[in-house]
Amino acid sequence: MGVNVPIENRDILQTKTQLKKERFRLFVRRFLNNRLALIGSSIMIFLLLFVSFSLLFMNSSPLEIDPANRLHAPSSEHWFGTDTFGRDLFSRVVHGGFVSLAVGFSATIITAIIGMIIGLYASYYKFLDHILMRICDGLLAFPDVLLAIAITAVLGPRPINVVIAITVVKIPTMARIVRSSALVIKEQTYIEALKAQGASSWRTLWMHIAPNTLSPYIVQITNVFASAIILEAGLSFLGAGVPAPEPSWGNILYDGKVVIFNAWWMTFFPGVFIVLSVLGLNLFGDGLRDLLDPHTNKANK
Amino acid sequence: MLQPYTDVENKKQEHAKPLLQVRNLKKYFPITSSLGRHVGDVKSVDGVDFDLYEQQTVGLVGESGCGKSTTGRAILRLTDPTEGEAIYNGRDIFKLKEKEFHKIRKDFQMVFQDPHSSLNPKKRIGEAIIEPMKIHQIGTKRDQMDRAMELLLKVGIRKDQFYRYPHEFSGGQRQRIGLARALAVNPKIVVCDEPVSALDVSIQSQVINLLKEIQENFQLTYLFISHDLSVVRHMADQICVMYLGKIVERAPTDELFGHPNHPYTRALLSAIPLPNPKIKNERIVIKGDVPSPIHPPSGCVFHTRCPFVMERCKQQVPSMKELTAGHYAACHLND
Amino acid sequence: MQESLLEVKNLKTSFSTESGVVTAVDGVTFTVHAGETLGVVGESGCGKSVTAESILQLLNERTTKYEGEINYKGKNILTLNKKQMQQIRGNEIAMIFQDAMTSLNPVFTIGDQITEAITAHMKMGRKEANKKAIDMLSLTGISSPEMRFHEYPYEISGGMRQRAMIAMALVCRPNLLIADEPTTALDVTIQAQILEVINNIKNELNMGIVMITHDLGVIAEVCTHVVVMYLGQVIEDADVESLFSNPAHPYTKGLLQCIPQIDGDRSRQLYTIEGIVPSLDNVPKGCRFSQRCPHSDAKCLNEPPLLEEINDKHKVRCWHYDKI
Repeated sequence: MGVNVPIENRDILQTKTQLKKERFRLFVRRFLNNRLALIGSSIMIFLLLFVSFSLLFMNSSPLEIDPANRLHAPSSEHWFGTDTFGRDLFSRVVHGGFVSLAVGFSATIITAIIGMIIGLYASYYKFLDHILMRICDGLLAFPDVLLAIAITAVLGPRPINVVIAITVVKIPTMARIVRSSALVIKEQTYIEALKAQGASSWRTLWMHIAPNTLSPYIVQITNVFASAIILEAGLSFLGAGVPAPEPSWGNILYDGKVVIFNAWWMTFFPGVFIVLSVLGLNLFGDGLRDLLDPHTNKANK
Repeated sequence: MLQPYTDVENKKQEHAKPLLQVRNLKKYFPITSSLGRHVGDVKSVDGVDFDLYEQQTVGLVGESGCGKSTTGRAILRLTDPTEGEAIYNGRDIFKLKEKEFHKIRKDFQMVFQDPHSSLNPKKRIGEAIIEPMKIHQIGTKRDQMDRAMELLLKVGIRKDQFYRYPHEFSGGQRQRIGLARALAVNPKIVVCDEPVSALDVSIQSQVINLLKEIQENFQLTYLFISHDLSVVRHMADQICVMYLGKIVERAPTDELFGHPNHPYTRALLSAIPLPNPKIKNERIVIKGDVPSPIHPPSGCVFHTRCPFVMERCKQQVPSMKELTAGHYAACHLND
Repeated sequence: MQESLLEVKNLKTSFSTESGVVTAVDGVTFTVHAGETLGVVGESGCGKSVTAESILQLLNERTTKYEGEINYKGKNILTLNKKQMQQIRGNEIAMIFQDAMTSLNPVFTIGDQITEAITAHMKMGRKEANKKAIDMLSLTGISSPEMRFHEYPYEISGGMRQRAMIAMALVCRPNLLIADEPTTALDVTIQAQILEVINNIKNELNMGIVMITHDLGVIAEVCTHVVVMYLGQVIEDADVESLFSNPAHPYTKGLLQCIPQIDGDRSRQLYTIEGIVPSLDNVPKGCRFSQRCPHSDAKCLNEPPLLEEINDKHKVRCWHYDKI
């Protein structure tokens, strides 16, 4: 217990802000000590800054065709070179990055929200559990990519449909993570204590069970984000995702596949960005797991 | 500070009117096969009767699996009893609708055994104490906070700890916080389920004293569940000894310790290791283990381990007999 | 004088943790003779279990540091290498734990686990080992040992499991048994049975026993000699009669007084020791008990007392033991 000076006379609320500050400082310190989380988050911040600044200050369009300058190697004019139509690869990668990250991010958020709701209610009501978890089992039986292709094939290849496809594919894992940790929490004595006090199921679920599932949940969110980026790239690569000429990391890779022996830069740059973002997210997720683990959460000053 | 027990007891028994009457309480947990067919029951509680008198403590003692915790949980309707009734204020609380029971729920509170899992690790302890007041919509936010702080002081936690998290407290302190939470809605009856058995001896005595002090100040009625006879002796006015879902002996505390009647009670008493190497008590070692509550023995449930078993015990279920005033036991030896 | 079986001298066990080095056991000294039961008693966090695990060096090698001496039959076993230590574990010194359910492997039968302990240390045929295992099981008072031999840990009751674990620990006829809270998880009637078993086997095999417990009742029941630990240190060391009739340290006195009794006046309030055990990374400067002690003065708060001899059977770590 950090500050043990008697503070009877001071205002209690002041203690609260003081404690909050102390906890925040502790968290920052532990975050800075956690190498994985630090590296992961710096990679992500770098990528986000890179993409957004480039979008703001770039003058070349990702769609402008220049047949005279086809397949130019990286130079001072075209930093990442040009593609088969002579389009500036740098601007395509940056725009594609925006599309890929935006698709991945929105899919992740929707997955997280729906997954939380399904997982929580499934853990609490046995009847719902049977129905919801059998549906999830059904969805999990298909390989991710296959299911996503099937969905975009039905709905048509548009970014919004890619988001839907990724969400549908990823919800079962999300819901299962939430459900399994909620099942453990549900058996804790403090939940029984709540019941003994007459708490409603809504209060029990959202005010008490949900906050305790947060740490595995947040870690899972970073994992889903990372795999959403890969899935989006995969879909676009296969032509089932973001349609050409709109750029995304996946379809740039596809364009580069044909000329991989003549123009390495067309596969190299989007590839590096995919790897960086996935790596960054995974490292960040691993770091968060250590950071949020209650066993290491005991006041170490 | 505390009045001597005997006085209190005498006074109360004069106008004894039970606050809660539990009759023939049964709780069977069904066992189903993998195909969902009902194949049997775990007879966790099998016909239990007792009365709780105002501001008194009834102790439920027994070994693990005897159904004492299930009894406590059934009274709070944390588990639905299979059979039986519990009369409180003239009404059977087991028959009340969930909504109606909610109105009187705050009269029944519980203190739990495990200090580590009985508080939500993500909630500040102040919030934990306010929570029951929020649920029952008692007072304004300001009132709730004032009351929570007052309760913290009463159980011996400093006010400025209000915003701290459970993991910053030791087991004994958490148990105090758990008690404060139970007191928040001004209950009449508090079920204490092994409240001190997870604590070290030096902390245990602190909490026992606190529980007694709080009982006096808040005029509480306790149902005190424990496996430890010596702890129950200090808490309870009346003790029920349970074995395999049944109460085998019920008596006022001093009577039970002075003249234990049932062979199981005697064996329990003699099994307690005394902290005095000079006294080697005559031990009644009972053989074997507690039988499974799925197929409890016929006749007297204790006959498989009883050192005084007779032919009759195996067939006939003994009934509760009053031996002296208020002292009941179920044993064929008393006939 | 009888030769000592185990002699722990100034044992210091420290862990390196995230927040620095924590010394869980700080200068513990005691001796066990053959045929004697030494009780180690203390509340949680006093270092009694760490002491036990240090004797067998069961703690994480990377983060734990042992200092001092642990002489087993005159040989310091802290200097032994891994292989030599393995020969001692189970064979010479055995240990039983509090939780028999998690200490037994759920996927093997009781018999498998006991015979494995035999074949690990002795050259013996399968049949012979099985017979030995069954003999050992019946020695612990298990009913129909031939049947239990083929059963899995989940199929038998808690008391049986504890017996099976005792059989497993004793099957190689060790000279020293370390029992870490062997009856804490059990009901009193079962506890009485197990304590009886341990006592009988001790007499039969002439072992030394280190009995670690928080229950002074158990100590009075089975031990011949007692060390009381508080916050990593031995604060009192005495034979069992003098400890209970003449406790010298205020902590021991307090402990004895705050146990609820089954006889005597029950209307009085229970005696309490104020406050809580300080944490190991914040050890008081002087006497470690000074903050909770009703008799402490300036000297207690500033100077750590040494373990002093009152008579040849009784030692205490207190500045004022003669006055209080």
